[in-house]
Amino acid sequence: MIQLPVIAANRLCIDYKLDKQWVNAINGVSLVINPFETHGLVGESGSGKSTLALALMRYMADNARIESGEVLFYGENLLLKSDSEMRRIWGRQMSLVPQDPLASLNPAYTIGEQIAEITRLHEGLSRPAARQRAVEMLERVRIADPEAVARKYPHQLSGGMQQRVNIAMALSTQPKLLVLDEPTTALDVTTEAVILDLFRSLIQENRGAALYVSHNLGVIAQMCDRVTVLYAGEVMACAPVDELYANPLHPYTISLLASIPRPLPGHETRLPTIPGVAPSLAERPRGCVFAPRCPVALQQCFDEKPPLEETGPGRLVKCHRWREIADGTLPVETPHEPPAAQWPALPGEAHVLNVEGLSKRYGSRTLFSRVAGDESRFVQAVDGVTMRVRARSTLGLVGESGSGKTTLARCIVGLETADEGRILLLDVMIPNMLRRRSRAFLRELQMVFQNPNDTLNPYQTVGQALERTIRRLKTEPLTPERIQARVIDLLAAVRLTPDYAGRYPAELSGGEKQRVAIARAFAANPALVVADEPTSALDVSVQAVILNLLKDLRAREGASYLVISHDLAAIAYLADWIAVMYLGQIVEEGSTEQVYSAPSHPYTEALLSAIPAPDPRIKQGNVRLEGEVPSAAHIPCGCRFHTRCPRKIGAICEQEEPPWREAGSGHRIRCHIPIEDLIVLQNSAP
Amino acid sequence: MLRYIIRRILLLIVTMFITSAIIFALTQLVPGDVARLILGREASPEALEQFRAEFGLNDPAPVQYANWLMKFVTGDWGRSFTGTQGPVRPLVTDRISNSLRLTLMTLVIAIPASVLLGIAAALRENTWVDSAISLLSLSVVGLPEFVTGLVLINGIALGARALGLPATSTVPDNTLADWIRQLILPAITATFVLIGYVSRLTRAGVLDELKKPYVRTAILKGLPRRQVIFKHVLRNALLPTITVIAISFGWLIGGLVVIENVYNYPGLGALMVEAVKQKNLFVLQAVVMVTIFFFALANLTADVLYAVLNPRIRLE
Amino acid sequence: MTDASLTPQSPPYLPRLKRYARALVGMLQQFRARPLTLLGAAIVALFLLLAIIGPHIAPYPYDAIIRGAARLPPSPQHPFGTDRLGRDVFSRVLWGAREIIAIPGLATGIAVFLGTCLGMFLGYIGGWVDEIISRVLDSLLSIPALLLALVMLGTIGPSPVGIVIVIVLLYIPIVTRVIRSATLNIRSSGYIEAARLRGEPVVYILFREILPGVLPALAVEGALRFSYAIFLTASLGFLGLGVQPPSPDWGRMVNEARESYARTPWALWFPAGAIAALVIGVNLLADGLRRIFRYEGQV
Repeated sequence: MIQLPVIAANRLCIDYKLDKQWVNAINGVSLVINPFETHGLVGESGSGKSTLALALMRYMADNARIESGEVLFYGENLLLKSDSEMRRIWGRQMSLVPQDPLASLNPAYTIGEQIAEITRLHEGLSRPAARQRAVEMLERVRIADPEAVARKYPHQLSGGMQQRVNIAMALSTQPKLLVLDEPTTALDVTTEAVILDLFRSLIQENRGAALYVSHNLGVIAQMCDRVTVLYAGEVMACAPVDELYANPLHPYTISLLASIPRPLPGHETRLPTIPGVAPSLAERPRGCVFAPRCPVALQQCFDEKPPLEETGPGRLVKCHRWREIADGTLPVETPHEPPAAQWPALPGEAHVLNVEGLSKRYGSRTLFSRVAGDESRFVQAVDGVTMRVRARSTLGLVGESGSGKTTLARCIVGLETADEGRILLLDVMIPNMLRRRSRAFLRELQMVFQNPNDTLNPYQTVGQALERTIRRLKTEPLTPERIQARVIDLLAAVRLTPDYAGRYPAELSGGEKQRVAIARAFAANPALVVADEPTSALDVSVQAVILNLLKDLRAREGASYLVISHDLAAIAYLADWIAVMYLGQIVEEGSTEQVYSAPSHPYTEALLSAIPAPDPRIKQGNVRLEGEVPSAAHIPCGCRFHTRCPRKIGAICEQEEPPWREAGSGHRIRCHIPIEDLIVLQNSAP
Repeated sequence: MLRYIIRRILLLIVTMFITSAIIFALTQLVPGDVARLILGREASPEALEQFRAEFGLNDPAPVQYANWLMKFVTGDWGRSFTGTQGPVRPLVTDRISNSLRLTLMTLVIAIPASVLLGIAAALRENTWVDSAISLLSLSVVGLPEFVTGLVLINGIALGARALGLPATSTVPDNTLADWIRQLILPAITATFVLIGYVSRLTRAGVLDELKKPYVRTAILKGLPRRQVIFKHVLRNALLPTITVIAISFGWLIGGLVVIENVYNYPGLGALMVEAVKQKNLFVLQAVVMVTIFFFALANLTADVLYAVLNPRIRLE
Repeated sequence: MTDASLTPQSPPYLPRLKRYARALVGMLQQFRARPLTLLGAAIVALFLLLAIIGPHIAPYPYDAIIRGAARLPPSPQHPFGTDRLGRDVFSRVLWGAREIIAIPGLATGIAVFLGTCLGMFLGYIGGWVDEIISRVLDSLLSIPALLLALVMLGTIGPSPVGIVIVIVLLYIPIVTRVIRSATLNIRSSGYIEAARLRGEPVVYILFREILPGVLPALAVEGALRFSYAIFLTASLGFLGLGVQPPSPDWGRMVNEARESYARTPWALWFPAGAIAALVIGVNLLADGLRRIFRYEGQV
């Protein structure tokens, strides 16, 4: 007997209402998920992956409608079922683990009550029995004190715990289909690694099928058996995970995999990029949706939509040229811009920036709270940081949220005023307060911000924004013609044509906005550009363009960078030097090669171990951090990492601040464990 | 939780200090010569001087304020300049319960009506029900109380008379029938003050909640729609409505001033307008201070209620 | 990169006028798609017109007592009838339009201007200055508006200038609070921080970087304030604390007509209807602006 697939979508079309106009978000998607399979659905933002995932549960947003097609759940068409029939399936046979763990829980009810609700409804359990089951479920998701957590409200838990609650809820009826919609995107990388481990074992225990939706090719590689690649609402390829990553057949998959920055090697090479942006849903290309960005597109690709063809057992590809790609006669090479000429390296140890003993604390020390007798709670965001940025180099500052890395950067550029410490720019001490800094200092120190959507004033054209910056920071009087010429020059440097000067930010894509922001930072030849997570809000294919651009501009303008990131892979591509921050202090610094290989600080080790590699053959490391980052209001005594450190050696870690230990030229680790021991420990780890 | 409430109470005290200073400044400092204001243009210099001495008007402003506040807190609210010339306090306290009765009657009608309208509009978003409710609330907001009041008295007069409803309201005795008879028309008029604002914000609150991911979680649990709405959505959506009602209380007070005049109802509002017209300074101060106190108390109650019902604050 | 699709020879700076024109056309289309907003705009326009030309087309002076014409019902001669003294209600309503629009309009304008400046300043600088001033303004807001108006009018005495001052003082805290919170949303944006990093003076940041962003809030708030100001002015008139006789104040006309309602109901309904129509018109317009700008701030 042939086993029925758990879910099979047939030529599914879904429309979305955008500004009173229906646009096609999902266009003829077919997808099969078999029993016991974890199926990955990967795509960039706007590809329609979440819409599709929810549609497979027959759940539609208010502004979406299913145009045509069918969704078969064990052979029954869900689209023909009434809401009340669906209510017997939802929660009992299929469940969702959502993207936003906190917002997906009702703030007004306790955890226990929210989990119990499901079994009371579907299994008719009494209130105490359901309650007991809820506690058991919490235990199954490895929550240490399930009784206590069941009595808590969602806001009292950390993000990782909230997501455990969501999965406990989803699994409490042993559903046949589990849909996980970007379930770890909101979490820090070390927490993500722990949750991914948990998901893996729970999915296996549940013995149902799972659909795992993510934009992250690394997570998909680590989690799934089979993968479907979605682009602009169409399936580009579907294959077993090993084959998809080892032997991709679609030009989109090939380019996408190539454009991911990987931690070492590849430090000197440039990232291949995918030109252009995904088509807007309203103007879907007539032929292949990927053709306008495809490096090997033929005229046929623009005229005629390719069919989704079976290329082997369980392998589908939607490309006119897959045969040529498969037999190796058509190499898919994404465009390479030649790197700009390099400035000669400066002799010796010249520093652009020296930071000495910089501290910043925030307190609820407002006037009113003092009058009202509120106790002052200080948060020590940055605690005595000393570091330097070498001339014409890039320092990467890495750490998880709450590490103080952004505060440190903001203190350096002056957006926050440091409480203590000195900042030396080009060996000259500059005031900590922005208002006291002279124009000469402002010129040398510029910043690129994280969020491309508020980095440009929506009411000013790109040209106005650049002009104003040039005019404010110029070193000599400039005629209007010279300023305009400089605007065009800057736009060219970030690979934008001159007519972008007349556009408003609303007319630019996220990547384009970030390019303008970079141009603005370079308007007056700064010595140091601070970039705060410059690519974290962008898609992988756009991220590669920005990373290349940053590298080129540094070479062209002879500037230095301080780049802040939580993404150790992206930063490895960009940085020559790395500093790792934890709870307001730097715990390790050195060259990129030094930091990314043993010996490392135990925290760095855990960070590296947590990276999900975009290759199913490379398994994630197995060093995991327990617990949560302590609040900066209650910093642990001794080594501030001891509460989570997997290599803690004893009482000394809890009592004494660890010393800096030299591990070779410029490589320092702040740990009680001697360097030699660290090397032994970390090299013996599997 | 306790800290939250203590903070709120401290905040109330600070606010009362500042507002009392504002009221004092507006009534005794801004007009310039209070003595002449009260005694009139023809008063002799001796009389003026005697008045100033008696009320300490020659002292510096902060001293005057401190004395005034001290006396006010200890219950000495001054003397009325008109009518009986008697002390202000009984004059004002008598009226407090009258106004509170009218307020109570209004809230009993207004809160359920406007909250239900708001919920209905949200659950039927973008249908004719929604449009009708939104048009109604927009028009009602636009109608001054004296217009709606007069419509109720005169326009519906025939029907109202038939029901035995009076055009001028007196203080009801303690039977339900009399409460309804005397207060129903003014309370309905006052309801119009609140209904547009409260229903509109309730609608917005429910719509906000409906968009949140936890609603999707509830639906995908397989819960019946009724349970999704009542147990999950409204439990959260109605929390902000508490604050909205407290804020709109301020409007209600303004509205009641006009309404008491329309219906000739002997409440604080009527007394206040009288005091303004007669430049009866101490009565005016007392009425305003008492009203502000009750308004602040209502806000405090709302804050506490909000905190009790909201685990995020309760368990802070 | 979309370089290929662009025409490199196109001029770097597209004509700005064309963009503004396009934005304007877009907004007018938004209006057209909302009949209720259009209705509101039409009502407001009509009353504005009346305020300007009303006194010139009024058949009688506002205080003219027509002999032997007391208590006449509406007729072609007296479209709104005459009151118990024999004054033409139509003429009085026309004359009154000017004050009921000019006083709230002027007051709202001043309050919105001052409140915007103060709100942007407080929202941008923050710190203890913001905290103290905001606390005082919040306390002012904790006094019900009509009460404060009565107290102030009780001391400075009822006059057009007095009412303007009262409304301005009442609305500055409200406008300040709305604009302050709109500013707070913008303050942490990257483009404000970029301006700070190039050393822009505070005045530039407030008026060039922040102001355009709070304009939607400003437009909606201005329209709402205007409607409440009309409401308040009319209520004060009704209580006998507005513009003093014999000049025609709609609120006072309603109050005066109450006593003789049984015999001249029209003397009450026409001014009352005019107030209602004007306020509803402004409200519809404000609501439409709120939807067009997708402004979700406090109402």
